[in-house]
Amino acid sequence: MALKSLPLHEYLSSGHRLCAGCGEGVTIRQILKSFDEPPIICNATSCLEVSTTPFPYTSWRTPWIHPAFECTGAVAAGVEAAQKALIRKGRKKKWDVVLALAGDGGTYDIGLQSLSGALERGHKFVYVCYTNDAYMNTGIQRSGATPRAAWTTTSPAGKVIPGKTEWQKDLMKIVVAHDIPYAATVSPSYPMDLQRKMKKAIQADGPSFILALTPCPRGWRTPPYLTIELGRLAVQTCMFPLYEVENGQYKITMKPKRKLPVEYYLRPQGRFRHLFTPKTRHDIINAIQAYVDKKWQEIQKLEQLTQQ
Amino acid sequence: MMARKVLALNGDEAAAYAVKQCKPDVIAAYPITPQTIIVERLSDFVADGELDAEFISAESEHSALSACIGASAMGARTYTATASQGLALMYEMLFVASSFRLPIVMSVANRALNSPLNIWNDMSDTMGARDCGWIQIYNENAQEVYDFTIQSFRIAEDHRVLLPVMVCHDGFVVSHSTEGVETLSDSEVDSFLPPRTPVYPLDVENPVTIGCVGVPEYYPEIKYQQEVATKKSIQTIKEIINEFNESFGRNYDIIEKYQMDGAEVALLTIGSASGTAKDAVDEMRAEGKPVGLLKLRLFRPLPVEDLRKALSGLKAVGVIDRHISFGSMGGALNMEVRAALYEMRERPHVMGFPAGLGGRDIRVEHFIKITEELLRIAERDVLEEDYRVVGCRGPGCIGP
Repeated sequence: MALKSLPLHEYLSSGHRLCAGCGEGVTIRQILKSFDEPPIICNATSCLEVSTTPFPYTSWRTPWIHPAFECTGAVAAGVEAAQKALIRKGRKKKWDVVLALAGDGGTYDIGLQSLSGALERGHKFVYVCYTNDAYMNTGIQRSGATPRAAWTTTSPAGKVIPGKTEWQKDLMKIVVAHDIPYAATVSPSYPMDLQRKMKKAIQADGPSFILALTPCPRGWRTPPYLTIELGRLAVQTCMFPLYEVENGQYKITMKPKRKLPVEYYLRPQGRFRHLFTPKTRHDIINAIQAYVDKKWQEIQKLEQLTQQ
Repeated sequence: MMARKVLALNGDEAAAYAVKQCKPDVIAAYPITPQTIIVERLSDFVADGELDAEFISAESEHSALSACIGASAMGARTYTATASQGLALMYEMLFVASSFRLPIVMSVANRALNSPLNIWNDMSDTMGARDCGWIQIYNENAQEVYDFTIQSFRIAEDHRVLLPVMVCHDGFVVSHSTEGVETLSDSEVDSFLPPRTPVYPLDVENPVTIGCVGVPEYYPEIKYQQEVATKKSIQTIKEIINEFNESFGRNYDIIEKYQMDGAEVALLTIGSASGTAKDAVDEMRAEGKPVGLLKLRLFRPLPVEDLRKALSGLKAVGVIDRHISFGSMGGALNMEVRAALYEMRERPHVMGFPAGLGGRDIRVEHFIKITEELLRIAERDVLEEDYRVVGCRGPGCIGP
């Protein structure tokens, strides 16, 4: 597969109202490039949803439905079940891939139950969670995906408490615990890795799950031109390792040639500014480094453990 | 008329049997007392190959209705059932379903709301959901449950309506009481209810965007259209009921009259309490008292004109609500009947009687006391109280 061989279609048309440098727009465009034919999209309430569908406009050239915030797994389940019944009864001709799209709030937090229910029931759909590490649509509030120490408007870097005090929820572990056929992490900074994984997700026999890290200039307090660079740094520091879990087998798909210190990822971002000014908080940075190292080792061990 | 089977069914079983004959494509539901029998029977029908449908055992009522929304948007005939806390958990999605104009049919076995936990009958659940844009039909017994479950699909899917329908029956009193139900043959149901023809399904050939952002420049027009459609649906509902009556020899209406000839005061009931109230009316009539009864079947949309017509000429009306709207004038039905009559030049006194909360029995003697009160109001031409709670220990209540 080569970049040049990707289809020319644009199921998400230009002219949408996502911010300059938004990681979501780039990522969803890449996600949709992995489809040969348009999917049926079930979208959660999110930046992506509000920015692409201000009535009477729509950016979607696919069938698209957005009922609410926390129900994307259930809505996709309903779409999938209807398709099964209608095809069986001869009222629909062909199977269309069902694509669920939801942000970190709609997946890690409020939508976790509906996702879990749908995964357990084994509906055939691709669920893509685009995480920008906080509730950006409502103006940067902490979510279960917000990393430790990050500033948000509800985990402010105050005089006493330096940003979020908890670690990020390990959503992949929760998803993988459902024993679904395919789960993977992707980054728009690694487009061909993303394409390969999406192809597998689409072909999986059952539910599949993709977790995409989508940098957010507004919420991360970074210039728009750094979006792709930050995606790369997240992978190279192992803050966001790229891996897949295929039928229970872990595989790290991007091992950094030189694993960079987390500081490379933290320092350019305004949301971590309080770790570097007025004085450098080595205690917190070191704790983050130790945690990332531990998680990185863990995933390498899981890869070894599940080798055939 | 061809011979029809009379089956011994309780209200829940009657709903499930009717749903089976309506051939839904997708059922998504979560068990909750006293509705559970419905999803159990439907699961049996699917497991035994008697019903070709996808049955989604959702992990919550919120997800059950969300799945129905996805399925209905695909063009599938879609059904769910719930009660009480389950309906309360669905609340957010109720508005979405009606705003999307999705013809989902939902049975509700009416049950009280926590707290304290109470699995028995009242109408706190559906009355609390009265402003969600769903059509609400209330049934008195298992036969009505059966007949109106079938009609609900026709009403919901009619292109002049395209609204979701709650078809309600009282928990336990109806849901768990076995009666002889005259069922229609499968072919009779098929002829009355053709397969659904969706208007704008999710379709890759003709992609549509459902659930966009509605800014203030557009939102009011969208809601106005919804209001117009809901109001207009009354006419279509009447037509469909008439067609059902003529086809199958029934005699239903959106407001039904009992002993109203020469009545000066009347009880206005909803749901299963109507049967007990009719006994009370009979007793009062035997004593020569000018008492009648009106049973309201359709609460949403509220048939305002029909109510005015039905109640005009009366001196006093007692509205039996099966819930309380806390801190106002008793129950919602009482308030809405009063509002509907307010601009009439000659209008009856209207008093509310919230009764039978949390499964407390309402007996014939309660209705006798209510009608005696109504006769007093009529005689003195004065209403002193907006409402009085019935079947309750407490100052000013009509005793347990």
